[in-house]
Amino acid sequence: MSDFDPDLLKAVAPFLWDGLLTSFGLLLLAMAGGGLLGSLLAVMRIAGPRPIAALAAGYVNGLRSVPLIMVIFWFYLLVPLVIGRAIGAFTSALVAFVIFEAAYYAEIIRAGIQSVPKQQLAAALASGLGPLQAYRFVILPQAVRKMLPILLSQSIALFQDTSLVYVVGLHDFMTAVSVTANREGHLVEFYLFAVAIYFTLCFAASQSVQLLNRQSVSP
Amino acid sequence: MTISALRKASPIAPASVERPATIEITRISKSYGALEVLNDCSMSIRKGEAVVVCGPSGSGKSTLLKCVNGLETFQSGSIVVDGVSVGDRNTDLTRLRSRIGMVFQHFELYPHLSVLENITLAQVKVLRRSKTEASEKGMTLLRRVGLGDKAGCHPAQLSGGQQQRVAIARALAMDPIAMLFDEPTSALDPEMIKDVLEVMTELARDGMTMMVVTHEMGFARHVADRVVFMDDGRILEDAPSSVFFAQPSTERARIFLSKILRQ
Repeated sequence: MSDFDPDLLKAVAPFLWDGLLTSFGLLLLAMAGGGLLGSLLAVMRIAGPRPIAALAAGYVNGLRSVPLIMVIFWFYLLVPLVIGRAIGAFTSALVAFVIFEAAYYAEIIRAGIQSVPKQQLAAALASGLGPLQAYRFVILPQAVRKMLPILLSQSIALFQDTSLVYVVGLHDFMTAVSVTANREGHLVEFYLFAVAIYFTLCFAASQSVQLLNRQSVSP
Repeated sequence: MTISALRKASPIAPASVERPATIEITRISKSYGALEVLNDCSMSIRKGEAVVVCGPSGSGKSTLLKCVNGLETFQSGSIVVDGVSVGDRNTDLTRLRSRIGMVFQHFELYPHLSVLENITLAQVKVLRRSKTEASEKGMTLLRRVGLGDKAGCHPAQLSGGQQQRVAIARALAMDPIAMLFDEPTSALDPEMIKDVLEVMTELARDGMTMMVVTHEMGFARHVADRVVFMDDGRILEDAPSSVFFAQPSTERARIFLSKILRQ
């Protein structure tokens, strides 16, 4: 440890920075895609006719029963077999994250919507709002307030999970650190550095979630 | 009793037969499987009439009320509101509901909106009024229910009685042809009940067509034109309130009255 040259960190910084950007890219795109697909699944489950609702429920329960790393891995291996060509590690990992996270987001969104008392919908409909208007102006604003902190917590977990993409050889932040650590022979220092970065980012994010939580409790 | 002071002042002509029925309920039945909730219920409310629907809990009175604006469905019979059939598949239920005000037992104000926004939402989104127009209307109504200074508050900052008066203002803002009240005072502390009843009394006096599910017998006796008594999903009595209180025709109504008036 004593022979660790701080300048080394400076030298490898661009490489690590690229890794971090890959992690963030994955995170943001997976949040957006997972959120969209998750919302769709939640609506299917709440408002869809029985077969549609059952389909969504099956999807959600099925995906929540397998480890994320298997989804990433199998998606990477199977898709080329099915469509006949490789789709690249990033796309493959991203799609795997989207379909996996959507299952979790769907449950959070569904729970948020169903936590709004049914009589609120009755009141909105009784006032002459159409069903879509009732959801848009009365139900969803209340539901989002309740689900936002949980969605953000889930996204923090998602950020930590992006480190799993090493299985498909994608250079996220963790993989970049790992490669550098091995190449430079400073395993302890580089892994401590990775811990510090992950901790700082996630801790800051979870603190802001708590702040948000406190605000949503007192209107 | 304070309610007697609120006795209907204007000597409206006794519910005359010529006035058209605003709400016409004909032979409504509803059941959940084997459980009959409503059994062959018929009643009508003419324009400008205030009718109280009372009866023991579980008698189906709230369900009947909710059938009127289609919040509850029914299996047979018909309900016609201002010439529009509620159960008809082709009826624009949303449009009909915008013309019928409703007040709930637990107020159901929107907690994420301010008091004034609660009142302007449907005006703007359904009636397409401008924000300014809707706000002016809202403020007028808030002042009318004695809450002109609460426009910027959130519902959670108000007492139950104040929330219920806002809910009444919210319903009135749509210029309804009739108002439905579903046990509007049941969730309130005694001292707040009076404020809400005063507002409702004033409404009745102004000629609003009202269907009120309530246990407030003072209101039924002194303000309502008629009282409908329900038990076990059936309408057992439908009489002018003076007649209902002086000489209820069924044994069950007599027992109900003796229990509820003793309190």
